[in-house]
Amino acid sequence: MARSGGATGAGARGPQAEERAGSGGLFRRIVIGVPFLWLVLLFLVPFLIVFKISLSQVAVAMPPYIPTFGDPSTWWSALQQFSLDNYAWIAGDQLYLDAYILSLVIAATSTLLTLLIAYPLAYGMAKAPSAWRTTLLMLVILPFWTSFLIRVYAWIAILKPEGLFNQLLLFLGLIDQPLVILNTPVAIFIGIVYSYLPFMTLPIYASLERMDHSLIEAAADLGSPPLKAFWKITFPLSLPGVVAGCFLVFIPAAGEFVIPDLLGGSRTLMIGKTVWLEFFTNRDWPVASAVAVVLVAILVVPIAILQRQQEREG
Amino acid sequence: MGWRLTKFNLVSLIFGFTFLYLPITLLVVYSFNESRLVTVWAGFSTVWYRELWHNRGLIDAAWVTLRLALISASVATVLGTMAAIALSRYTRFRGRTLMTGMIYAPLVMPEVITGLSLLLFFVAINLDRGFLTVTLAHISTSMCFVAVVVQSRLRSLDRSLEDAAMDLGATPTATLFHVTLPLIWPAVIAGWMLAFTLSLDDLVIASFTTGPGSTTLPMKIYSQVRLGVTPEINAVCTILIAIVSVGVVAATLINRRRMVRQARDERLAAEG
Repeated sequence: MARSGGATGAGARGPQAEERAGSGGLFRRIVIGVPFLWLVLLFLVPFLIVFKISLSQVAVAMPPYIPTFGDPSTWWSALQQFSLDNYAWIAGDQLYLDAYILSLVIAATSTLLTLLIAYPLAYGMAKAPSAWRTTLLMLVILPFWTSFLIRVYAWIAILKPEGLFNQLLLFLGLIDQPLVILNTPVAIFIGIVYSYLPFMTLPIYASLERMDHSLIEAAADLGSPPLKAFWKITFPLSLPGVVAGCFLVFIPAAGEFVIPDLLGGSRTLMIGKTVWLEFFTNRDWPVASAVAVVLVAILVVPIAILQRQQEREG
Repeated sequence: MGWRLTKFNLVSLIFGFTFLYLPITLLVVYSFNESRLVTVWAGFSTVWYRELWHNRGLIDAAWVTLRLALISASVATVLGTMAAIALSRYTRFRGRTLMTGMIYAPLVMPEVITGLSLLLFFVAINLDRGFLTVTLAHISTSMCFVAVVVQSRLRSLDRSLEDAAMDLGATPTATLFHVTLPLIWPAVIAGWMLAFTLSLDDLVIASFTTGPGSTTLPMKIYSQVRLGVTPEINAVCTILIAIVSVGVVAATLINRRRMVRQARDERLAAEG
């Protein structure tokens, strides 16, 4: 590719400028090719392998599955060995179905709870004097940078039967028996809301901050009460942020492992933990893979919606 | 927006930030507790920090984690920045949609799935699990975060500077190195920091992809947390929080000064 002409005068953006930026020859090929190949090799191919293994049989060996293809000459016979046994196994066992449903219910509930806390917070931030806003923004982002594991761990000491929350309630005389919160779904909700709050707050804040304030003033001038103006103008305009935030919380929460494991106890079996147990404890790689494939199949729609929206935003 | 705060706004701000900071604050406070019982306050003490120095396993894990985070963040920053440039500057190439998908999907993909798939990949290509595999795994996930951070900066960038450079005869490559990269530098640094903390933080993907001898600090913390809350773990967590907080606050301040300076330069240029 040769570099196309020098000066094209003012306003040379759009397709023309793109064409020129696009003509970097070898360099361009490296910039596109290296990350592309990396992602294909370490994201796409591994995922296809999971899919492949989910179709193979379990074996007592290392690795604990019968490889379904080795060299190309055996591919056809390998293809015939593919079986849907693992999927049938998952479908036939109530345990997996329950885990999927529980994961989706817990993810949806905690997404809603996160929204209820994040929206007023983002709204307050967007309305704060501009001098405060950078600081407030940093305060929301800062916990996001500190370890996820640490933030979940912090809640154990608070929620334990003899923990700080119960001590406070007992001290205030609100209860006379410690509440059991740790190892219940309530603890999972708290954990998810707490850990994912920044993911919800930031997109909502971004869409509120961009809003044209004169719209609210116009509504007020025309006699609209503030609450009505909020519902008719502010909320609809912040919807892209709300939608993005909800997906950013829902998708990872549905496959969450650390929070249900540390806060939810052994009785609340979510799907992320099921994959973990199948893999590490039962060493049944094909079933673990099949459970993972089904989870991705469930999440692929929300992921696609989120991605489309992110692209439109840009 | 920007407006007068109502009582409701103030309450939701106070509630929101209390909720965000109280648990971490309590964790830090109780790391200085003299008692082994983490929920009973028995006086100020740094005994648990001194105890840490004698915990060989924890220190080894910390070194592994630090090395892992430094290497994976650096490689991920290079790859992620390249991906961001590819997506926002070279807008027309085959496989662009696929690449966008491969950048965005890992961001929300449940970690157990990413971990599982990478492990099965390493087994399939016969690569022994260890420091190398966990590094490769961290690079692959972090580079997507870097790409998104850098890409958002590239989008908001005034393209006329790049156009001007090319109009004046700079090659696209020269433009990239002398105009675009210096302008997106803060985002590249932010991306590196994000990749660094993600790697420092990761438990799930590391558990799947690492091998014996390369146990990371989060894995160590996790295995102890499962046995219960201990003041040593509070102390380790406090140290990690301190490192990250200092880093983030410093980066924000530097970034703000830089932006102020840049705004001033632009104003001068416009007046000049």
